[in-house]
Amino acid sequence: MTRFNDNRRRLLQGLSASATLAGAGLLPTGALAAPKKTKTIGRIVVIGGGFGGATAAKYLRKWSEGAIEVVLIERNMEFISCPTSNEVLSGNREFSSIVHSYEGLKKNWGIKIVHATVTTVNPEKRRISTDIAGEFSYDRLIVSPGVDFLFGAIAGYDEAAQKNILHAWKAGPQTVALRQQLIDLPDGGVYVQTIPKAPYRCPPGPYERVSQIAHYFKTQKPKSKIIVLDANDQIISKGKLFKGVWDDDYAGIIEYRPNWNVTEIDAATKIVTNEIGDKERGDVINLVPPQHAGKIAHDAGLVNTNNRWVNIDWITMESTAIQNIHVLGDATLSAPLMPKSGHMANQHGKAAAAAIVEILSGRTPQPTLMANTCYSLVDNRRAIHVDSVHRYDPEKKIPIVVPGSGGVSTAPSVEEGLFTRAWANNIWADILT
Amino acid sequence: MKTVLPLLGLLLLPLAGIAADTAAPARPYFAANCFNCHGTEGKAVSAIPTIAGRDRAYLEEALKAFKAGTKQATIMTQLAKGYTDEELAILADYFARQR
Repeated sequence: MTRFNDNRRRLLQGLSASATLAGAGLLPTGALAAPKKTKTIGRIVVIGGGFGGATAAKYLRKWSEGAIEVVLIERNMEFISCPTSNEVLSGNREFSSIVHSYEGLKKNWGIKIVHATVTTVNPEKRRISTDIAGEFSYDRLIVSPGVDFLFGAIAGYDEAAQKNILHAWKAGPQTVALRQQLIDLPDGGVYVQTIPKAPYRCPPGPYERVSQIAHYFKTQKPKSKIIVLDANDQIISKGKLFKGVWDDDYAGIIEYRPNWNVTEIDAATKIVTNEIGDKERGDVINLVPPQHAGKIAHDAGLVNTNNRWVNIDWITMESTAIQNIHVLGDATLSAPLMPKSGHMANQHGKAAAAAIVEILSGRTPQPTLMANTCYSLVDNRRAIHVDSVHRYDPEKKIPIVVPGSGGVSTAPSVEEGLFTRAWANNIWADILT
Repeated sequence: MKTVLPLLGLLLLPLAGIAADTAAPARPYFAANCFNCHGTEGKAVSAIPTIAGRDRAYLEEALKAFKAGTKQATIMTQLAKGYTDEELAILADYFARQR
């Protein structure tokens, strides 16, 4: 019965140091010792160190007070944030500011970080293999692979085409390359933004990207134009707000076409075609393909919905396909009105960590309550948001948006622009330090 | 032992319909929902307010006023409506205790 209070006291001791770290930004200082390991109650392997997986890794260590051993397997050497990467495209943010180190998870939390790619998952032996770092056994596995692209859905979007026609829908080298294409674009050039049918990663993301690039054109290349080819029948997130900004601030720059589903690309002539044969040409084309759960989720046999997504138990985040494997983030079959966002993936990571700590401590995991907040910057100063609260419904066995909760901004504001940057700093620190 | 019981009961009620003592969660995990914006354990880095160590009664009053719409904010008026009054009280208590 005293467990809660004892835990909280220890938690408090550990956390006063962590605030210092957070206050210092993302620099790992080593001031916070890795949690003291009392008795190991289990070993968790986490595949994927993004917003979902890295959060789960940290919170497993934090909430078990070091009693759960955690191995995080991530193929990239650094964490690169998709949220706020649209600002890099417009030149409103440096690329280096979205790149962060995994050192904090090692030093502060004692997480073993392995930079490798997972090749096989063996649920019977509870063991995974990697390409360059050998095998790891687990009591429970967390798979947080994000999305991969369905390039095959667009004729002509082959490997050669992918070198010049970028998606930039995973922050990294493609973000830098697309920024360079925009810099190289002469004033008067045409930028084409394609948007796949929902669901895809980050519902407001494409519209934020259009707004950022429109701001760049307005201030640097005023004769340039943007053509938005949206496979959806309307702007699917913060629609009125984006439309308002486009009409008020970017009139004559942005041309929006709903129900425009790209089915073909000719990379040489830079012409895209839709189902009914309409064509558009751009000097720079940003082709965001349809998406599905990351490759390892398919290879492991976890994908059990529409051949695209992983269905899960929403109390534990455990896969409905394979026991002892928990799946997080964009790869999941999203609950109603639950976006595929970095913020949500962080919440999934915490839900999985809480459930696993409870299970390995001999208790029953409790239903989840999660929240989402997504900010979008519409120029170099102002932002808008959408938010929601999702409570587990025991009858439907899924989280549903609490009636009356959530909503969007009344109007773009500088205040929310400042909150956007604060949000980014705080969530990066929450995940990585 | 007995002195802790009311607190545990308070914590369990909104989280689970049935609050068997043996199933008591180690902590109010849903408080971590707030960490994303307000920083881990409520210690924010920048423009978003730090909520760690604030007065418990103030935090509870502010959260309930956001929920009722009598206190203005950009997003808290919308998020607070997702929580029961009991949960808001737990959040206020939790963050007031962080130092």
